[in-house]
Amino acid sequence: MVLFENVSMTYPGGDLRAIDDMTFAIEDGEFVFLVGPSGSGKTSVIKLITGEVMAESGTLNVNGYDMRHIRRRKLPQVRRTIGVIFQDFRLIEDMTVYDNVAFAMHIVGASNRQIRQRVPYVLDLVGLSGRERRYPREVSGGEKQRVAVARAIVNSPRLLIADEPTGNLDPALSLELMLLMDRINDNESGTTVLVVTHEKELVNSFSKRVIAIEDGQVISDGMDGYYSYEIQ
Amino acid sequence: MRSSKIGYLTKEGFKSILTHGFMSFASVTIIVACLVIMGSFSLIAVNIGGLLDDVESQTEVVAYVEETFTEEQARALQPEIEYIANVQSCEFVPRQQAMEEYASMFDDQLFQDVGAEILRDRYVIHLADISLTGQTQAELENIIGVAWVRADLQVADALVSVRNVLSGVSLILIVVLVLVSVFIMANTVKLATLSRRDEIAIMKMVGASNWFIRFPFVVEGLVLGLLGGAMAFILEWGIYDVVANRIMNGFMGNLISVIPFANVSAVVMLIYMGVGLAVGVFGSSIAIRNYLEV
Repeated sequence: MVLFENVSMTYPGGDLRAIDDMTFAIEDGEFVFLVGPSGSGKTSVIKLITGEVMAESGTLNVNGYDMRHIRRRKLPQVRRTIGVIFQDFRLIEDMTVYDNVAFAMHIVGASNRQIRQRVPYVLDLVGLSGRERRYPREVSGGEKQRVAVARAIVNSPRLLIADEPTGNLDPALSLELMLLMDRINDNESGTTVLVVTHEKELVNSFSKRVIAIEDGQVISDGMDGYYSYEIQ
Repeated sequence: MRSSKIGYLTKEGFKSILTHGFMSFASVTIIVACLVIMGSFSLIAVNIGGLLDDVESQTEVVAYVEETFTEEQARALQPEIEYIANVQSCEFVPRQQAMEEYASMFDDQLFQDVGAEILRDRYVIHLADISLTGQTQAELENIIGVAWVRADLQVADALVSVRNVLSGVSLILIVVLVLVSVFIMANTVKLATLSRRDEIAIMKMVGASNWFIRFPFVVEGLVLGLLGGAMAFILEWGIYDVVANRIMNGFMGNLISVIPFANVSAVVMLIYMGVGLAVGVFGSSIAIRNYLEV
């Protein structure tokens, strides 16, 4: 569960609040789109959830952790309950597809046996069977993003965040990726999914909850699955 | 930490040395270069120090005994002379022996009509610390029975000055070289880790603890540091032997002696491996510190 209650945040050295008295809640198992124009605070929301930045006021709770008062050394524990997918994939270039996924399991202390069982399963789930020994430079953009998805879900996170995941993909691959995320939301122990995007058509093709933000504030929160907010 | 995790992280450290081959090569090269430069200069200083020790050990102070003392009385002074703290050794030379030594050094004819009684019995003394020659001379002269003491204070002062200058210059140069080396090595390691900033950020995002990220870097630094230390030691050995052989076989071979590398090899190896290890481990730990604050 993600709970923002009157959360405000200003970047160090900045004058304006990146997040201004923001309130919303995402329940376990939900699929939510977070939309808004550039500079609206979408990335700041993700950074607050992952503990990259700290809120200055309000209540912020992620998967049971109080993110306003959490100690820095506890952050890895929170992050292990979250899977994150980025627009630029952020894969480790020196590792094979298999190793990029396996190292996330090593981080949580999984045994070699567990890793050998789980990684092929997850790679198969995202359609990457047969690509295990390839390096990121040897696979396509769509496949890279699926490696990132595999890495994000391999530890069965409670929350999956995708930050503009389709930014580097063509429309067909974007839709395919969204369907994959939908499947993860449905099947993988009801993983909560938060997709940050500004792709209106993509959002409107799914009947999901849409939270729209601007200037660090929530301006609409609709359950009708319609991207009603117009990007400036 | 589980042993499988340590095994995985250690393997990652070794793998990283190969995957970042150029930076590994650069790091080892810098460590070798800095150690060899510092080590060579230190060994030169050690050898010059050894030469000064030789010269100092050959510097003598001569205490002449009163003319009125019989040889027996003169010999009785030895314990009193040896009691002086700065006296390392003293040898009694009776007047007859002194005359024979003169005769052998100069033309025998010159001394044939001269009796040994014109000379005094004497003590040839070697000092522990020649910088205290003046003070020791005064203490010797205070002994009843010692007529006067010949000590070359100017030579002693000159040797002390040379040693002081050498020590000062060595210290300054070694400190400067250490600082320059640390700066170069820190930047090399920084450059090596800069290229892996993204990798560290990804690991942090996936939930890796600082220790999980740091461990392979420390393994990498440790291996590269030890490798650099070992290579520097072998190179230093080779260079030292070549230079020492040139000196010993050249015209200076009769004038000075060079300390054999075997006499200092254990110390050099320990220092090289220790410095290599410290630079590798601390360098890599410090260099990634900034990237861990995410």
